[in-house]
Amino acid sequence: MLDSDPAKKLSFKRSITNGDLVIVYERHDNMKAVTISEGSVLQNRFGVFKHSDWIGKPFGSKVFSNKGGFVYLLAPTPELWTLVLSHRTQILYIADISFVVMYLEIVPGCVVLESGTGSGSLSTSLARAIAPTGHVYTFDFHEQRAGSARDDFERTGLQNLVTVGVRDIQGEGFPDEFSGRADAVFLDLPQPWVVIPSAAKMLKQDGTFCSFSPCIEQVQRSCETLQTSFTDIRTFEVLLRTYEVREVKMDGVEGNESGSNGSLPCKRRLCSDGSNVVSSSNSSVMARPCGEARGHTGYLTFARLKCLS
Amino acid sequence: MSENNEISKNLNDRTTWEGCSVLLDINDGDRLVFARLSNAAKLKIGNKNYSLQPLIGCAFGSIFQAESGPQGPFLSHSLPSIQGNDKTEEVKEGQVNDEPRDNRALIDNNTAQSLTGDDIEAMRREGARGNEIIEALIANSATFETKTSFSQEKYRLKKQKKYAPKVLIRRPVARSICEAYFKKYPTKIGFLRVDTLSLLLSLANVSSSSDVLVVDMVGGLITGAVAERLGGTGFVCNSYLGKSPHSMDIVRIFNFSDDICKRILRSPISDLLSQKELPEQVLEHADVCNLESQSNEQICASVSIEKISLSSENGISDLGAKNTENTNVPGKRVCKAAKAGEKSPPEVIDSWKENGFSSLIIAAPESDTWTLVKDLLPLLSNSAPFAIYHQYLQPLATCMHNLQIGNMAIGLQITEPWLREYQVLPSRTHPCMQMSAFGGYILSGTKICDS
Ligand SMILES: C[S@@+](CC[C@H](N)C(=O)[O-])C[C@H]1O[C@@H](n2cnc3c(N)ncnc32)[C@H](O)[C@@H]1O
Repeated sequence: MLDSDPAKKLSFKRSITNGDLVIVYERHDNMKAVTISEGSVLQNRFGVFKHSDWIGKPFGSKVFSNKGGFVYLLAPTPELWTLVLSHRTQILYIADISFVVMYLEIVPGCVVLESGTGSGSLSTSLARAIAPTGHVYTFDFHEQRAGSARDDFERTGLQNLVTVGVRDIQGEGFPDEFSGRADAVFLDLPQPWVVIPSAAKMLKQDGTFCSFSPCIEQVQRSCETLQTSFTDIRTFEVLLRTYEVREVKMDGVEGNESGSNGSLPCKRRLCSDGSNVVSSSNSSVMARPCGEARGHTGYLTFARLKCLS
Repeated sequence: MSENNEISKNLNDRTTWEGCSVLLDINDGDRLVFARLSNAAKLKIGNKNYSLQPLIGCAFGSIFQAESGPQGPFLSHSLPSIQGNDKTEEVKEGQVNDEPRDNRALIDNNTAQSLTGDDIEAMRREGARGNEIIEALIANSATFETKTSFSQEKYRLKKQKKYAPKVLIRRPVARSICEAYFKKYPTKIGFLRVDTLSLLLSLANVSSSSDVLVVDMVGGLITGAVAERLGGTGFVCNSYLGKSPHSMDIVRIFNFSDDICKRILRSPISDLLSQKELPEQVLEHADVCNLESQSNEQICASVSIEKISLSSENGISDLGAKNTENTNVPGKRVCKAAKAGEKSPPEVIDSWKENGFSSLIIAAPESDTWTLVKDLLPLLSNSAPFAIYHQYLQPLATCMHNLQIGNMAIGLQITEPWLREYQVLPSRTHPCMQMSAFGGYILSGTKICDS
């Protein structure tokens, strides 16, 4: 996912090779992670796809099945990964993830502590942000989950940026070896307030803290505990509204030559392969919010270690 | 691990130095001032000038209090108590009433406030600290005792702001810079809210070693935020139509090392597109700019000198107020400002042409979105993500429709971020009364191979 070797940098030149991780895109709501293996096939409702047909094609290619159905092969990114990873737990999604990375002020070179690892959705974006010189240490007390996360980081090529530890963080806190070394600490745990004193101990001066909690009672207790050694304590909720875009044919519009929004060439194309009766000037492109959306994910509470020097 | 590395040292320094850029938060966000620390730099609060010299070598997050001494006004480092907090909202009911009061400074009690300005000046001359003056004001207020604990705290805060202003040193990073501008000067950054900025960076997969193409008409905020994420690897190419580059003033507020600055390049879009047919639109723009009769060389010169249009010559720019009395201009000062935004060398442009950019971010409210996208998308490598910001929905809807029809991209989505802050207090938790109702729209997607 993050090749620091410039020769392997994503480019026109870079084509799919055996062993690569690709994201197979059917539709925006239907994607799948596939590791290319010469003799394998992918079977879906569009037919059978041979991996061997994909090798040598550039990322971003459209590839066809035995029945003429097609999918796109995309290079993995943390955003795509979050959409395709196997859900072993509840995970964080792009809106929360983006805000966490920005608000924790995570930049290349940072050391970040995280617990729990869960399905590694956030960890993947943390790794991107600290690369190439920083490190993410993520802890989960669930041994199997930690193992699967480790396998995933191997698969996405992040193994040198993320270390997964098995540890009961609520019971034991973060390991002492990280005392005063963390630029940022992130918690997604059932009782985050228990870990706050340990988080304070781990952070460098002016270091940043964030806790994600679905319930307001968790937030309440965390904020109370934070007062002791943190400042700039702020709680947010971040959501996304998505829009759908349609070209709508309008009745009763007189030949309106100019209403093109600069999109005439494409509209001509649209009409050229179908019936050529409808004039493009009678339709317009409109947007409206999608009817359904996630109404709540969790509250994000941020704080900054009080400066005592 | 590698946290002692050069890159992290610069981006991640936690102590200020001479020549360092800082964000000064005066009285809990009442005023936000970007300044460059030096022995000569001065900050004006009220009618007094304070030297910023004591701030050099301090930890970010340090708080200073404005005091007056025999040598005049000065900023004094104040240590926060570990317990408790100093904000009004965080006062717990019933707590303040139990505090023992000290009324030895009590003078008279006939009017609501019996201390006169002269009395306060006299106290100052005798060396009273800001906090002592506040205590005296409280002791001499006839009405203070009768106030509720909440309004007592409000009174205290008001007096503190006036008689003992607080100055907090913040690190100038993408988050704090974006928030400061959004709060005090949103038009300069096209009303780009911090959560929207964070989404743009994610959706465009900005990561180390990537070559990010940007059209930044939001003062350089995008360029700076991208460069911060690149940490001295890859490139951010700040591109522009015609011959005059867009302002990149905000980039200079970040504490970028030379390594990072070298990774910020500029290029006219026409140079990136050359060898291909120049679209008419681009030529038109170029003509318009020529009419302004500025040669390319002049502009390049003016961007590399230490000029911050927002600021006065002393490197202080005040986002808190429009009046000029807030800043002071000491004679000559050396500003070590980053030289970012050199013209892209031809060999780098060639490598972009050959390999393609790894992502694209556009925040160009004043240009036609579809025209830009139509020209710039072919410069991306296949499978590269892009993210386009706009304050209006329609240009993005049109652009999305055209991309769909032209089969140029997949995973197209228009999203609008929504951000709500909460007040969290015992028995008094609720969403904040004020919120930003609008953070703009983003069109995102992934470029695919021409079929
Ligand atoms: C909701 S998941 C985290 C999801 C993660 N943020 C993501 O984006 O994929 C919470 C995780 O915390 C772990 N956990 C719960 N209590 C823990 C404890 N005391 N110590 C360490 N991990 C714990 C659980 O095993 C679970 O995997």
